[in-house]
Amino acid sequence: MPEVSMTVNGKPAKGQIEGRTLLVDFLRDTLNLTGTHVGCDTSQCGACVVHVDGRAVKACTMFAAEAEGAEIKTIEGMAEPDGTLHPIQAAFREHHGLQCGFCTPGMVMSAAALLAENPTPTEAEVRDYLEGNICRCTGYHNIVKAILAASGQDVSRIAAE
Amino acid sequence: MPKDGGIGASTKRREDVRFLTGNGHYTDDINLRGQAYVHFLRSDVAHGRLRSVDTSAAEAMPGVLRVFTGADFAELGGLPCGWQVTDRFGEVMQEPKHPVLAHGKARHVGDPIAAVVAETREQARDAAEAIVLDIEELPAVVDMKAALRDGATKVHDDLTSNLCYDWGFVEENKGAVDEAFRKAAHVTTLELINNRLVANPMEPRVAVGDYNRSTGDHTLYTTSQNPHVIRLLMGAFVLGIPEHKLRVVAPDVGGGFGSKIYHYAEEAFCTFAAKALNRPVKWTSSRSEAFMSDAHGRDHVTKIELALDAENNFTAIRTETYANMGAYLSTFAPSIPTWLHGTLMAGNYKTPHIYVNVKAVFTNTVPVDAYRGAGRPEATFQLERVIDKAARELGADPIALRRQNFITEFPYATPVAVEYDTGDYHATMDKLEEIADLKGFAARRKASEAKGKLRGLGVNCYIEACGIAPSNLVGQLGARAGLYESATVRVNATGGITVMTGSHSHGQGHETSFAQVISEMIGIDADQVEIVHGDTANSPMGMGTYGSRSLAVGGSAMVRATEKIINKARKIAAHLMEAAEGDIELKDGRFSVAGTDKSVAWGDVTLAAYVPHNYPLADLEPGLEETAFYDPSNFTYPAGAYACEVEVDPETGRVTIERFSAADDFGNVVNPMIVSGQVHGGIGQGIGQALLEGCAYDEQGQLLTGSYMDYAMPRADDLPFFAVDHSCQTPCTHNPLGVKGCGEAGAIGSPPAVVNAVVDALQSAGKDITHIDMPLTPSRVWAAMQG
Repeated sequence: MPEVSMTVNGKPAKGQIEGRTLLVDFLRDTLNLTGTHVGCDTSQCGACVVHVDGRAVKACTMFAAEAEGAEIKTIEGMAEPDGTLHPIQAAFREHHGLQCGFCTPGMVMSAAALLAENPTPTEAEVRDYLEGNICRCTGYHNIVKAILAASGQDVSRIAAE
Repeated sequence: MPKDGGIGASTKRREDVRFLTGNGHYTDDINLRGQAYVHFLRSDVAHGRLRSVDTSAAEAMPGVLRVFTGADFAELGGLPCGWQVTDRFGEVMQEPKHPVLAHGKARHVGDPIAAVVAETREQARDAAEAIVLDIEELPAVVDMKAALRDGATKVHDDLTSNLCYDWGFVEENKGAVDEAFRKAAHVTTLELINNRLVANPMEPRVAVGDYNRSTGDHTLYTTSQNPHVIRLLMGAFVLGIPEHKLRVVAPDVGGGFGSKIYHYAEEAFCTFAAKALNRPVKWTSSRSEAFMSDAHGRDHVTKIELALDAENNFTAIRTETYANMGAYLSTFAPSIPTWLHGTLMAGNYKTPHIYVNVKAVFTNTVPVDAYRGAGRPEATFQLERVIDKAARELGADPIALRRQNFITEFPYATPVAVEYDTGDYHATMDKLEEIADLKGFAARRKASEAKGKLRGLGVNCYIEACGIAPSNLVGQLGARAGLYESATVRVNATGGITVMTGSHSHGQGHETSFAQVISEMIGIDADQVEIVHGDTANSPMGMGTYGSRSLAVGGSAMVRATEKIINKARKIAAHLMEAAEGDIELKDGRFSVAGTDKSVAWGDVTLAAYVPHNYPLADLEPGLEETAFYDPSNFTYPAGAYACEVEVDPETGRVTIERFSAADDFGNVVNPMIVSGQVHGGIGQGIGQALLEGCAYDEQGQLLTGSYMDYAMPRADDLPFFAVDHSCQTPCTHNPLGVKGCGEAGAIGSPPAVVNAVVDALQSAGKDITHIDMPLTPSRVWAAMQG
């Protein structure tokens, strides 16, 4: 079986894989980074979003072999080594932007990519950007609110908690 | 000011850190040493006779351990149904066997026919393609009314017809109801469909079976809302494993919405195969499999009639509903269109005469069972739609017509067997009018019209029955289970508390809110309280989480157990302070003697319980651990009023939700932040049902919506911010917390508001449109507008 090597959350990672191994399966099964989730089989739900060389990518849509030499960041790499949450993670907690937690890693990674591109998005821009991330628990209310808050915008006038 | 902790505080969730950092522990994250993988070969026809299933080529494929077929399970039990409905003639429902793997016939697309267990997932999947299936395709039964015609093809050859039951409620009242219709000044009639939905929690189902040959112990890790129920159903009825040799673990579960209540074939298969092969066996559902194997929801076809007198008082309601059961009876399926639907047909209104008829029908489709709201959304939708239609026919204001007919005195015994303990429907409607700014609607409509859009306002009420349920009552109604809940409260020597609850959290935040309750009762920091759930090995028999029951029933069990703890701790404190027990007070985590400055800390008492050197051993056992089972005396009755404003693009028929407001009465609220989140999510699913979601079959029983490519899930840009309020609080009168339950309200209350709003928008343009069936897709709305 071919070997693949890449940098994951700042550390070198490699493994023997079948050619058909998806990046998400390499992360979950070989590297045991189970924070990246699989919620569908048609690249719709976004639970598997990771960053590949700084871009948000659905890890179910990419072969692990295609990530050869790439810099990968997963949800496990977002908080500081001392456990301090990334500002987007902290905003999700502060504004109750998660319930069951299954879509959450992909939501956080997509939100981080959005704010890197567009540091102060409008509500409509946040909703539009999340088109590829499905959440079944929250009605998106607190997810959108959390992302606006993480961008430094005042969310105190948005109704409810 | 918000409190920092305890009951009523919007405490941030302790669950969040692990979920936000990728450290959640979901079932698919579990991999056991020596684990093999199963792939199910599923029927791709809706109805077919299995002539032969040739597995020889598959068994010779690389890595394959064994291929199982229906014959391997023929002698074992079927997946049991937990509720037996008695029809209006006194006969019990028809109840077919639901085999673990199809045997003789396949009865829906997705019915599992064979199971390949191999060393890897890919090998199992590859080998499944080598199974040679000889299947004689039979006519598919899809349409419910056609399924009941004489001579219709039968889904189950051994049943007399495709009718599961013909239920009348209350049958003895039918004559009085018919008489009320004869005397009515006005009758409004509406025929409608409550569209079939797929629950779609974001985590697909997973099962890992494990068997310990040296002890004979089985373990099943599964994505379940109620691990004890799975242990009982699978152990006692399917595989014949006693509870003490079977452990069921449901760790972090990524949403359920009802679809993870039921005992599924894949759970029984993995448990069975783990012993047969002496290897752990794992199954992870793909989303495509989920669409054709998770129980679906709703799927009712209904005719409702509302009778009014000359003063616009509601005098009678009569309904006829066809309820799709699918191909087999899922765990609670028969109870949904009956006891969770017929009993809610009074809604918030004092209608004296009500008769509900439900015909449950077998079809060649995926089994249908409870999905968020379960019966109550179907009741609310038809009632609130027909009231809106009546208001338009009578030229009455829809809010005034509702207010005129509100129940205002409690307790109130409805003509459909339930007794509402408390409520204040005018208060929630008043609150709704405020938060939805209904006075400003006319101006907003003008602004929309200036942009070339039609604007509509839809308002409705809802009531639901949750906190499920009094065991003796549901036993009379056909439940084959008790519906109590349990809790063990274990106080540790140094004062920390571990609570083992039968309730299960799969997004609801019990680890936070349950700890707030204990914190409030004892006066210690919530951080000293750990909530443990989801493992039959460490919690007492409990019935799990569904029907918005966790806090009302599970929380009450925890309160009862904690009361026992406090009573015992008070005795210990009295001994330590050489005082009379009656003089001991507990406040802020300290026991004190009334009228003195003597006190001992919580930790002093707990230490004495486990190091009983100075302890009343003659009168009191050491230790501080108590269990309680709580069985509710009634359902709880959350209620509220919802408003939706839509814009309709007359050129395309596209509907957008411009404003959505919800005023709910949940009784007392433990964590307002979590409650608001539950309402948001319910509204999201309700708007999804109203505008986007619809599970579709063609005439051959092919599932047309089998993935997220075809089934429209609500996305962030389909929804607005919501205005939600739960400050109207009439506490439940019969549970110790005064709580009612909030998990399903949003999904129950929101669909009629959306449809009422769209009809209002279209009528504002002079269109004579009184109803459009959900989902209100652009093509349906546009077609309706063309006349």
